[in-house]
Amino acid sequence: MRDVYSLLTGPLLGISLLVFFGGMAWRIFWYIKGLDWRLERVAYRPYMKRGLKGAVQSIWRWLVPYGTHSWRQHPFFAGAFFLFHLGAIFVPLFLAGHMVIMERQLGFSLPALPQIVSDVLTLGTIAAGGFIIARRLALPEVRILTTLYDYFILCLSLAPFVTGFLAAANAPGYDFWLLLHILCGELFLILAPFTKLSHIALFFMSRGQLGMDYAIKRGGEFRGTSFPW
Amino acid sequence: MPQGTLCNRQPITTEEALKTLLADKGGAIYYQEMKELDVDTDLLWDTVQKTCKSRTRTWLEICAHCGMCADSCLFYRCSGRDPEQVPAYKIQSTLGEIVKRKGRVDNAFMRRAMDYAWGRCTCCNRCGTFCPHGIDMGVMFSYLRGLLYSQGFVPWEMKIGAGMHRVYKAQMDVTSEDFVDTCEWMAEETEEEWPGLCIPVDEENAEVMYTLNAREPKHYPEDLAQAAILFHLAGVKWTVPSEGWEQTSLSMFAGDWEACRQQVTHVFDAIERLNPQLVIGTECGHAHRGTVIEGPYWAGRPDGKAPRPYIHYVQWLAQMLREGRIRIDPAKKIKEPCTLQDSCNYVRNHGLANYTREIMSYIAEDYREMAPNRENNYCCGGGGGLNGIGRYRKERNKVLMTKRDQILATGASLVIAPCHNCWDAIRDLEEEYHIGIKWSFLKPLIISMAIVPDHLKPQDGDDE
Repeated sequence: MRDVYSLLTGPLLGISLLVFFGGMAWRIFWYIKGLDWRLERVAYRPYMKRGLKGAVQSIWRWLVPYGTHSWRQHPFFAGAFFLFHLGAIFVPLFLAGHMVIMERQLGFSLPALPQIVSDVLTLGTIAAGGFIIARRLALPEVRILTTLYDYFILCLSLAPFVTGFLAAANAPGYDFWLLLHILCGELFLILAPFTKLSHIALFFMSRGQLGMDYAIKRGGEFRGTSFPW
Repeated sequence: MPQGTLCNRQPITTEEALKTLLADKGGAIYYQEMKELDVDTDLLWDTVQKTCKSRTRTWLEICAHCGMCADSCLFYRCSGRDPEQVPAYKIQSTLGEIVKRKGRVDNAFMRRAMDYAWGRCTCCNRCGTFCPHGIDMGVMFSYLRGLLYSQGFVPWEMKIGAGMHRVYKAQMDVTSEDFVDTCEWMAEETEEEWPGLCIPVDEENAEVMYTLNAREPKHYPEDLAQAAILFHLAGVKWTVPSEGWEQTSLSMFAGDWEACRQQVTHVFDAIERLNPQLVIGTECGHAHRGTVIEGPYWAGRPDGKAPRPYIHYVQWLAQMLREGRIRIDPAKKIKEPCTLQDSCNYVRNHGLANYTREIMSYIAEDYREMAPNRENNYCCGGGGGLNGIGRYRKERNKVLMTKRDQILATGASLVIAPCHNCWDAIRDLEEEYHIGIKWSFLKPLIISMAIVPDHLKPQDGDDE
């Protein structure tokens, strides 16, 4: 057990993180390299400053809960979306248990969340994930878009939370849940750059690019860089 | 059958071919031939590999399938929430499949894709503003149209439209001579009432060069006369080019990018030749999109700009009213409740919403906003070429309901539509649904309420 644990939190964790960050960097590099001012018909270079302002504004407005028309028009989904992502981002980064491993491996760590906050965020993510799955099944306009792949991605994202929560709650079979949790988390990290989860990085690219498009070509000079998203 | 005589992969480049295609009423033979048209899958995949780069591929890949774009689409709204009208579904099941299958798609697939690209999307770009990832499906549909066009799967009218641009340098069969004749004719007709008015052709170094929509000289020549009157009233030294006067781009709707490049190059050449200080385009949305917003890129201009400042008619009109160069008689302001149609092409896609509202503040006593409006406004229902495609007339008439309901909710009896396609769509929705509205461009309204200075009036006895 200890050997497996050491392996999972040692070399395998290192590899997972390497694949994750390397892969994401590669995706970002590939995205920017693939931009083409003539094909997209956006003069990025001559209006870089205005474009970047538009990009930042476009990203920021969509990160603010209910900050756009679209979020406000879908209040329940927006709620689930933000609840889901809040836990999905903050728990892995600031969980006390993760900080212990980080301290051991790297010699430093980030401030840890109080356990109760992590628990609530985790449950929030799991509940929101459930809502998102139910919504996929219930709404015809979402069902028609949904593929098995979407469920796979949702399961891949939720698995570390469910297993981690069971482990943290000292559920029967603690060791099993803990190892499974680490394995699921690492699987997530390894697969993310190669799947739709690449949106973790590419959201900022895509969102930013449309912000630039509107700021540079589609009216930024008249309405200002901030498109009324 | 690899290629039909009418329906094939070749663009129309001769007058003869154009007339032959036009003679096929409603495209009966054309669409018959299309059922047999082979797909050149190698060419298709080759084109995709060269032109479908990281932006589009990322859009297709990271779409979360969340369905938030559904309600933003007027086709979805007007179809009783038909899931097959969800923008993400429409693009994933067409362009998405082409990319996924590496171009190996068949004839039936391509015909369905055509029906989706032209009959289920007006490229209004509204859905793109509702997507958290910023996936602009209107942009992708426009790209898809280009792929379909290059394979010959394009609605009959669009093939003709693009051919018109290639043959006549205009979206209709209006030659340079026809155009100059129309200018002379309109100047003669108008001069009686407006002494001193002229329509100067090919004047170099003028203050303003004016560009039009070919429909104006062809079907509504009075629009050209009205433009002349307003320039005359404002005391502007203006001109029209004998070549390069056509600002529209049906080739943009067709996805014929080479014809787009040719068309906009004619206009830019005219600008370089005549060297005006400013270029003003007529009250048209897609002409502005095609020549001012997208056109510079087709022409290969790295700054994304036309060779001279190039503005929409509403920008010029707002300025003239603001500066008092055209003055409105307060007694003649519009009294009835009126509303304004925001054209997707120059409002959502070029940020000109404030200019039209400024104009309304000068001319209307009871102006009412549609809801939603400005950047968030719905397409009139006829954009992207949909107005002109017989095959999708039923679909078009159905999506007019969104605009109908928006107009009814304002209680307005007059709809001001400074855009040809919007104007058409609103006229057609009145014919289809009889809601008792009038519709108008800005030019005739402004002329009817402008104060005419004494020195511009006909001298006593002139008109006896």
